[in-house]
Amino acid sequence: MSLHYTKEHEWIRVEADIATVGITDFAQAQLGDVVFVEVPEAGRQVSKGSEAAVVESVKAASDVYAPVSGEIVEGNQALVDDSALVNSDPEGEGWFFRLRLSNPGELEGLMDADAYRSFCESQ
Amino acid sequence: MTKNPSGWRPDLGAADSEGARTGTFTGNRALMLEEPLIFEMEEGGGTGVDFAEVPGVESRLAGLERNRPIGIPGLSEPQTVRHYTRLSRQNYAIDLGLFPLGSCTMKHNPRLNEKVARMPGFADIHPLQPADTVQGALALIEMLGGWLVTLTGMHSVAMSPKAGAHGELCGLLAMRAALEARGDAREVILVPESAHGTNPATAAFAGYRVESIPANERGRVDLDALTARLGPDVAGVMITNPNTCGLFEPDMLAISEAVHAAGGLVYCDGANFNAIVGRVRPGDLGIDAMHINLHKTFSTPHGGGGPGSGPVVFSEALTPFAPLPFVERLGNHFALVEEEHVVGRAPRGPAVSGGHGDPMLAGQHHGSSFGRMTAFHGQMGMFTRAMAYILSHGADGLRQVSGDAVLNANYILRQLEDVLDAPFAASGPCMHEALFSDKGFQGGLTTLDLAKGLIDEGYHPMTMYFPLVVHGSMLVEPTETESKAALDQFIGALRSVAERAKAGDQSLKAAPVHAPRRRLDETLAARKPVLVYREPEQAQAAE
Repeated sequence: MSLHYTKEHEWIRVEADIATVGITDFAQAQLGDVVFVEVPEAGRQVSKGSEAAVVESVKAASDVYAPVSGEIVEGNQALVDDSALVNSDPEGEGWFFRLRLSNPGELEGLMDADAYRSFCESQ
Repeated sequence: MTKNPSGWRPDLGAADSEGARTGTFTGNRALMLEEPLIFEMEEGGGTGVDFAEVPGVESRLAGLERNRPIGIPGLSEPQTVRHYTRLSRQNYAIDLGLFPLGSCTMKHNPRLNEKVARMPGFADIHPLQPADTVQGALALIEMLGGWLVTLTGMHSVAMSPKAGAHGELCGLLAMRAALEARGDAREVILVPESAHGTNPATAAFAGYRVESIPANERGRVDLDALTARLGPDVAGVMITNPNTCGLFEPDMLAISEAVHAAGGLVYCDGANFNAIVGRVRPGDLGIDAMHINLHKTFSTPHGGGGPGSGPVVFSEALTPFAPLPFVERLGNHFALVEEEHVVGRAPRGPAVSGGHGDPMLAGQHHGSSFGRMTAFHGQMGMFTRAMAYILSHGADGLRQVSGDAVLNANYILRQLEDVLDAPFAASGPCMHEALFSDKGFQGGLTTLDLAKGLIDEGYHPMTMYFPLVVHGSMLVEPTETESKAALDQFIGALRSVAERAKAGDQSLKAAPVHAPRRRLDETLAARKPVLVYREPEQAQAAE
């Protein structure tokens, strides 16, 4: 298992060829209370940097981008029913979607936990 | 008038001061009236007019008679009038005080506009009336269109779009028609971060892919990033000028030239025209299409007070693709041109419903019209108001409107920049809006807390958390009609609340404390909105 982060404040947990994607604790704190989440359908092909999900808080609506390319395996339906999970457990129960990596090489450009922590401090 | 020589002023009292009786039997606080929902006022099936039971009538409804209440509260006329009047007193309005949302939401609606709009020749007409019977109304539409074309330095105008975003769509559809007419279907619209939020939505709705262009450190479009992205797939840009940071885009001409050189077209969001009317002509900046919000710059009411209206002005290049209908002057006669005639095809019928026109008229300059935006001709009631506004100000008066709007915003910016962070203040004067950030707020206090504190001070909050390029942004637009005394009082109120936020004063978390209702749970309202009234037992059952 490996854990990666993006400058768009997403985390990616990779197990075998499946990546689980969510937004970081920093991101949920910036967004404020999340009131609506739209997750992708299984089977959809997404390419790195394309829009994959939508998150809306009391302050703003934002797109969640696919940090790596692949085929969506599962969207987290629990978020559709209870968007508060993004605030209460962003890096656990509040995951957004899982995808099957089509180009594992794309992971190499992402940050690890230490690099992401210093990235946030510089924000 | 001499002031009260005794110096005595009535004591307004504090609701929670020592010894004051805070609770009242009714829940009212003098003229601050507590009001139930209209459904809770029901006393048992009253109506506005009571008819006596009619004797000896046989029902012919064959068992289809109503057999349960229909769920509309039964109230008399005075009960209903009082209910809505009481509610209206809990609202904030431009007629009550300074509205820092500015022309974006509502600027002063001159009463002269209302008088003119109620003249029967304008008010009591129907869009299907023969054109010969509404010559005055058509003349007014043509005259207003002429002013808009002159003020913007553009070539033609489409009057029918009903509001700003509708105007954006009108402009984009004309751009799309022009590109397709030259066999050059392009896919991408570039939208700077400093553009209005509706711009990317409009581009997507018109079938384009949207790509964002970053802002530079001065809050303007990053010209290098924009020009680097231009290419044969870019249909055009949508740019808001002055932008949502309240700043003028000084590179506008260079942007237009670069976009045109790459074969694209330039749409300008004219929502902030109030800052430049009479001073800058968008046509001189290479713009191909721009909407004008009559309900902003030209003072017609909106936001519940009336419908919007978003005429679109076009460059010469885009004019053939503009929508129908439009009003054409033929000598002393005004014709409503309702049908396009594609050049080279025989006319299908009279193009001019006025009856005196040249049937090829539309084909001469709207031959490639993309079609219609609306069934009828636009917001007539807004046209009369906007025309009254323009004529009562004149060219010099409109020039003073933008001057005073910009002066007032800069006064607020400079009076508050020592207490509130103003991220772009160092780059020079702002336009009609002053932008501040939440930098320096202590104790976990946020822009939202400041806004709630402003409610206690008797002001509607400013635009907040937009634009997104600034953290916790607060966008203040006073508009041109506020006096220096009114601005000073607002500045004093905002300064006081900002100082509390910077000191980490936790009592701000509880604001508003003086409003009819305390802090509402916006998260719960968004997550579990209750949009329909239900009887208490139904609501309980649904829990």
